[in-house]
Amino acid sequence: MGKYEAVIGLEVHVELRTRTKAFCSCPNEFGSEPNTNVCPICLGMPGALPVLNESLLEYGIRTGLALNCKIAQFCKFDRKNYFYPDLPKAYQISQYDLPLCRSGYLDVETEEGARSIGINRVHMEEDAGKLMHGEGKADFSLVDLNRGGVPLLEIVTEPDIKTPEEARLFLENLKTILEYLDVSDCKMEEGSLRCDANISLRPAGTDIFNTKVEIKNMNSFRAVQRALEDEMERQYALYESGESPVPETRGWDESTGSTIVMRSKEEASDYRYFPDPDLAPVVLTREKVEQIKETLPELPAARKQRFVEEYDIPAYDAGVLTSSQELADYFEECLEGYNDPKKVSNWVMVEFLRLLNTNNMDVQEAKLTPSHLVEMLQLMEKGTISGKIAKTVFEEMFTTGKRALTVVEEKGLMQISDEDQLAGIVDQVLAEHPEVVEDYRKGKKKALGFLVGQVMKITRGKANPQMVNKLLLSRIQ
Amino acid sequence: MEIFDLTVYQLKEMMEKGTITAREITSVVLARIRQFDADIRAYVTVTEEDALAAAQEVDQRRKDGEKLPPLAGIPLGLKDNICTKGVRTTCSSHMLDNFIPPYNATVVEKLNKCGAVLTGKLNMDEFAMGSTTEFSAFFPTHNPWDLERVPGGSSGGPAAAVAAGEAIYALGSDTGGSARQPASFCGIVGMKPTYGLISRSGVVPFASSLDQVGTLTKDVRDCALVLNAIAGHDPKDNASAAVDIPDYTTFLTGNIKGKKIGVPKEQLGDRLDPRVADVFKKALDKLEELGAVVDECSFPHAASAVPAYHIIAPAEASSNLARFDGVRYGYRAVPDDGKEYDLLEMYMKTRGEGFGPEVKRRIMMGTYVLSSGCYEKFYLKALKVRTLIRNEYQRLFQDYDVLVTPTSPYLPFRLGDEVDDPLELYHSDSYTIPVNMAGLPAISLPCGFAEGLPVGMQLIAPAFAEGRILQVAHAFEQNTPYHQQRPPLKEKKGSES
Amino acid sequence: MKLTREEVRQVAVLARLALNEEEFNELYGKFNEVLEFVETINNIDTENVEPTYYLMPVQNVWRSDEAHQPLAPEDVFLDAPERDGSFFKVPRIL
Repeated sequence: MGKYEAVIGLEVHVELRTRTKAFCSCPNEFGSEPNTNVCPICLGMPGALPVLNESLLEYGIRTGLALNCKIAQFCKFDRKNYFYPDLPKAYQISQYDLPLCRSGYLDVETEEGARSIGINRVHMEEDAGKLMHGEGKADFSLVDLNRGGVPLLEIVTEPDIKTPEEARLFLENLKTILEYLDVSDCKMEEGSLRCDANISLRPAGTDIFNTKVEIKNMNSFRAVQRALEDEMERQYALYESGESPVPETRGWDESTGSTIVMRSKEEASDYRYFPDPDLAPVVLTREKVEQIKETLPELPAARKQRFVEEYDIPAYDAGVLTSSQELADYFEECLEGYNDPKKVSNWVMVEFLRLLNTNNMDVQEAKLTPSHLVEMLQLMEKGTISGKIAKTVFEEMFTTGKRALTVVEEKGLMQISDEDQLAGIVDQVLAEHPEVVEDYRKGKKKALGFLVGQVMKITRGKANPQMVNKLLLSRIQ
Repeated sequence: MEIFDLTVYQLKEMMEKGTITAREITSVVLARIRQFDADIRAYVTVTEEDALAAAQEVDQRRKDGEKLPPLAGIPLGLKDNICTKGVRTTCSSHMLDNFIPPYNATVVEKLNKCGAVLTGKLNMDEFAMGSTTEFSAFFPTHNPWDLERVPGGSSGGPAAAVAAGEAIYALGSDTGGSARQPASFCGIVGMKPTYGLISRSGVVPFASSLDQVGTLTKDVRDCALVLNAIAGHDPKDNASAAVDIPDYTTFLTGNIKGKKIGVPKEQLGDRLDPRVADVFKKALDKLEELGAVVDECSFPHAASAVPAYHIIAPAEASSNLARFDGVRYGYRAVPDDGKEYDLLEMYMKTRGEGFGPEVKRRIMMGTYVLSSGCYEKFYLKALKVRTLIRNEYQRLFQDYDVLVTPTSPYLPFRLGDEVDDPLELYHSDSYTIPVNMAGLPAISLPCGFAEGLPVGMQLIAPAFAEGRILQVAHAFEQNTPYHQQRPPLKEKKGSES
Repeated sequence: MKLTREEVRQVAVLARLALNEEEFNELYGKFNEVLEFVETINNIDTENVEPTYYLMPVQNVWRSDEAHQPLAPEDVFLDAPERDGSFFKVPRIL
């Protein structure tokens, strides 16, 4: 394989989370009863005319800017003509030769360092409806047009991607950016983010373009990587046996972990693109674009960089914390109440993320808010609870949403720092384990840990560990 | 004159004076339909009950002292490509035999607000493709002036209905002359306003960049009244212009002294029937007599408008008509052997059986000129020719207030004469097509008769200068008798049976 | 330029129009006749002429992102040739 390198380009379709559809005022909702979010426009009834949704344009510009694209001063809509039951007008409103955004890039961190992946274009279009096929031998299909006319952005990369892993990293980065921009849910399983890939192989180090194959039907980022890996091997085997791939579209089959031919390119449709005479062209002034630029949030790459510099945390940690906007916001909100980035980052990255994952929850869904964490950290600092107890408190807060102090009081988790009380317990432990004391005195320093443990056991973890240490040492040394 | 011969304006005056009610007028028009439509065949659907109910409501409102708009209570017909909620809208095609739109076209909404009385839906060439109304999938419409002749097209039903007194006025559509040419053939006034003046929302499209709703009325004042009611910005139509709409009746001054009128000499060439040429020359004399300055001018690209049009219009149509696929509404082919079609067969048979021959020809041509490898040679080239035509008009309107041509080079054809010769039919629209290519307003008004058949004259103005052509047309009309002439209808079907 | 019968048949498939033999024969002749006619525009010099893509006198037409009531279910299926519950029904797609 080493003598070949892959040339990969991605085509990503993103469903936008606008309130309404692209060219009509029907609600843009997932999961409604079939054919309830439809009107004469998205049903393609004769005489009904499209009118552009302002949000589609705005989301498109936001996305283009975030992907470092040039925003067109003039763009238009075109009709892509083909017959299919999920396409009511028998043409899709799309953009052909003058897309909204061009010539951008997105950086990804790979093991070999940073790579800049070129973005060829970002354009606006409308989604098709959904088809359901009858069970078994049924000779019919069913059409639901709720999704018909939902706004999409099509994002097309340059063939800059060199490995399947890079493709996955690109998609993960893209998803994070789109989430930061708040333009899409990016749920691959619900189809709000879909990805097709083009791949060809060439002798390593050359710049020729061999026959490319299109891969569809990948329903996760992991699947994209696996499908591309599989296709690389298939093409490699072809070249090695003296054959060449043919231009075709192949579908990824998750169950078999391989791709199968969907159609050959000779059957490719003739889409007869032409400018849609029903939609006015869009002319964007520099001011309008600047206005939108000013509303862009701090994007993941910039935020990560700032976290490293401002909070002095490792790049890896900053990367994890900025991988979602909610998490990064959560982190910074905690810092406002408790300004110890390392400590906070530790709690957020380790405990908080672990609990979210086990419970399959999003940051917004968590009952444990930044102020919960802040109050708990303050209790630790005051010595009211120990670090060990804090973990218990944290889990309890996560489950119930109760405040730290309430949890501590209800469960009697207050740290015991009363010297007289602890001295009694320490004496009891020493009396019960004379052989351990003996071990310690013979130089087995580890024996101290056992004794501390015994004190903790009796106090159910509430004893102030420093104080226990001090009391033990003063008696056995 | 009989009630059905009167104009919107005359009937409005009478209703305001209380000498007639909307219900009486409507009853007269409905009776006229019953009496003559078996011969004329203008109507695809007659909405008698709704019409009477609407008329009664107007009468009640008037009785209650409400001040009503001029069109209130006046019966009209709509070309059957204008969508009417709950009323079958067929485009005279088997494809939409039973199509009942769940929405109204914007013009219908506007008319409803005026208290208009809809008597029914009118015949046309299927999907507005044709110049004779013989391409209706249902039946041809007959010219009230001579039942052996066509009423023109594609708005043949609307024009024939108005000329025959089966409607006081009508709305049609005009993509390449479809309102003006039938107006000319039927001896009435037909206006195609500027592209963007009237909303296209709810009008079944033929060619989106050329289509415009047109008016068919008995005289120029009625045309102004109808325009007042239906013009104006509509957020549902991107092409709809946000311009101020004047009261078009204020242009009817009767005075055209000093108006500069250009006559493009290329449009008086070979094809022009000498009988039409004669009538047209006399009309020009009349305009001069009224004080206008009439001048010959040159429009060299006029001829190229027709082939360019027959690329652009079918291209857009092939895409606009692709939605008729038998899935959500309209005709769906079913095999007669009890088997099931697969998807491709269902599509092909549905469209093959649902569309008539002319529509299929145009879809074929449109599909071809947009297909891979053809776009530049045909479609893009035609768009460039379109620019040349627009530029030429622009140049001419620096020197002239309006341009004038015959509306059609021909007198109304005999039924069946031209239906098999598409090219000949395409050429018959050569005076009206350039206007659509540039999106300009134009009117056709009666300017005389040849062998008992009406001849129409076309006036063209710059975009949104409808007032200017109404002014010239009105002055001409006031000084000629043609608009008052009515076809001598005698029942034919009735006496035969 | 004349299209062959096979080429015209391909256009008919692209346009999804089933034509019987008689219909095809008639259409074939007329199609080429009209094609020859419209091709004459290639004799016109359009050097340095921009195409007119739009006649509409406007640009930047959009609406605010506010939902309207969708069509009532009885109207959605008012004209449907075939439905199955709340779906439109079509021959199976393979």
